[in-house]
Amino acid sequence: MEATEKYNFDVVRWFTIMAVVYLVVGTLVGVIIASQLAWPVLNFDIAELTFGRLRPLHTNAVIFAFGGCALMGTAFYTVQRTCGVPLWSNKLAWFAFFLWNFIIISAVVTLPLGLTQGKEYAELEWPLDILIAIAWLAYSFNFAMTIARRKTSHIYVSNWFFLGMMVMITYLHVVNSMAIPVSLFKSYSIFSGVQDAMIQWWWGHNAVGYYLTAGFLGIMYYFVPKQANRPVFSYRLSVIHFWALMFGYVWLGAHHLQYTALPDWTGSLGAAVSLAMIIPSWGGAVNGMMTLSGAWDKLRTDYVLRFLVMSLAFYAMSTFEGPVMSSKTVNALSHYTDWGIGHVHSGALGWVVMVSAGALYHMIMKLWNTEMYSDKLVNLHFWMATIGAVIYIVAMWVSGIMQGLMWRDYDAFGTLSYTFAESVAAMHPYYVMRAVGGIIFWLGGAVMLYNMIMTIRMASATRGVGAPARA
Amino acid sequence: MSNKIHSTKFQDKVESNVFVMFVMLAIVLSVGGLVEIVPLFYLKGTMEHNKHPEIVWQRQEGQTLADWKPGDGVRPYTALELAVREVYIREGCYLCHSQMIRPFRDEDERYGHYSLASESMYDHPFQWGSKRTGPDLARVGGKYSDEWQRQHLIAPRSLVPESVMPNYPWLAKNMLDGENAVKTVAAMATLGVPYTADDYGADFSGAAAEVKGKTELDATVAYLQVLGTMVTFEEGVDYRE
Repeated sequence: MEATEKYNFDVVRWFTIMAVVYLVVGTLVGVIIASQLAWPVLNFDIAELTFGRLRPLHTNAVIFAFGGCALMGTAFYTVQRTCGVPLWSNKLAWFAFFLWNFIIISAVVTLPLGLTQGKEYAELEWPLDILIAIAWLAYSFNFAMTIARRKTSHIYVSNWFFLGMMVMITYLHVVNSMAIPVSLFKSYSIFSGVQDAMIQWWWGHNAVGYYLTAGFLGIMYYFVPKQANRPVFSYRLSVIHFWALMFGYVWLGAHHLQYTALPDWTGSLGAAVSLAMIIPSWGGAVNGMMTLSGAWDKLRTDYVLRFLVMSLAFYAMSTFEGPVMSSKTVNALSHYTDWGIGHVHSGALGWVVMVSAGALYHMIMKLWNTEMYSDKLVNLHFWMATIGAVIYIVAMWVSGIMQGLMWRDYDAFGTLSYTFAESVAAMHPYYVMRAVGGIIFWLGGAVMLYNMIMTIRMASATRGVGAPARA
Repeated sequence: MSNKIHSTKFQDKVESNVFVMFVMLAIVLSVGGLVEIVPLFYLKGTMEHNKHPEIVWQRQEGQTLADWKPGDGVRPYTALELAVREVYIREGCYLCHSQMIRPFRDEDERYGHYSLASESMYDHPFQWGSKRTGPDLARVGGKYSDEWQRQHLIAPRSLVPESVMPNYPWLAKNMLDGENAVKTVAAMATLGVPYTADDYGADFSGAAAEVKGKTELDATVAYLQVLGTMVTFEEGVDYRE
């Protein structure tokens, strides 16, 4: 209770709640569009529900709604805890909360209506882009000013990663969203063709690199040591891999455009740096894993720690897979196929959601000063998330590699063996399997939501305090 | 926390001052983007038409877009094609269809000549895509009849039973908006796409007439039929080094 009075935790509570809500909503939309690819009849001939319009809604919901609330909540929690001071401005934090949620609701309305700039993961139209910039700067400025007022001498490593993310996402969002408006809800990128492609993938890959990697490494660096009750394994490793990651990730976007009309030097440069990036990426994974030295037995009883450890395993795996896929030989096969989708989801489901779930469970218990309503349900969620993610990823590996091989296969007479339609038909079982994996993963999220609601109700009922009474 | 410095003095300085850390990050984070993006705007080798000018339509004095014939070279999109690019983006076609053929034997046989950067020089935004749930469309123009394209857009599985593409029946009902067409052409002109006063008039008002009375379906078919047909490729010429 003391901590509750000392820090601004109400806003963190609400970010926590909304993150879990958006996790369920975002993955539900994912399940719907995955099913549409398996059974196209599910598009229902309704414009607003077709795959092409719901897919941006899925990506925006999971990245910006779920990911954004998780990042803002954890960053505001971590920065207060590690700096020993309340937020620089509680009002500004609430402003960021309401604006961010307003943007999300606007996205839920505008994307199914087909109002989009047509650039992946940056679909929202220009008025919303401006609001995103305002909310993002409000969040970042508040965070930096809180650090400036800290009581500790040094800035904790989590906060380095959060800061790096904040600076880079500002660069990316501002440059990639530059567009000329035609009407209130339609605008066109000021860049064209090859330059637009490079800028888009500079944005696209770094949204992954800074938002979904650096930001969530910030989460990892606070919540893994806390939950394991062990200090971070190596300070030096964290310094080296931090700066290597910050410098290196920026270069990777070009590997999305190998063998395209992007000049070869750019794609090759992106691929070369991608290969080197395995070292700083694994630096983070090793540092997290080794933090558990001497505490591995806790995995038997601590289900929250299981999420965190599993997330690091997925992180290590997908940051190995990424460089492999960016090497030119593999990329020639994997590009344009479902393998890319599989890779993204091993990072998204395995790393981002798992590490967030671990952090969110930890925060729920601390913020409401209680145990979870049901530990068994935490464990159930853990297994559903793990099994769901693995089914999803395996389905996409098989379908992706199969597609790539079918497209390039020649028969004995030197003609193409398969028509494109045959490759589509061959994907059906894997698309069904992917939908099944997605459903399991989504239900796991629903279990978490239920567990969270019951925990908060339990905490409020027993003490009548600690729960956010006002919205 | 002790005052012992565990790393370099500089890192210690960075770690103890949020402003210094911010500045360091701002510098470190800008390098990769600057190196990879900025040269694309000025390096001559980026756009193939710097070496092979015939890729781009060499418009004679007084010629309008109507005088262009397939194979004459890359030209600005007509008002009708722009209107449909809006539909193409709205429906998220780029999420399942690429418009970027890579220089591989199988792609050459399946889709046609590899794509050039100059071919999408007027594409605001680019539509290269990143995924082929459906086939590449960069050179789909002329491969199927108009009638096939219409039927396929309205009910894809009536022609390709394996397809997982949604039906787009509403394209046949939605009429194009003339005022929007004028604004779109004007926006493209502002961005540097070379329209002349002869094309749609100095105020681009002629764009409205071009889309008048047309459905989104008519326009989509027209757009699909022009894709990849602008450039005549010479046998044996290596356009990209």
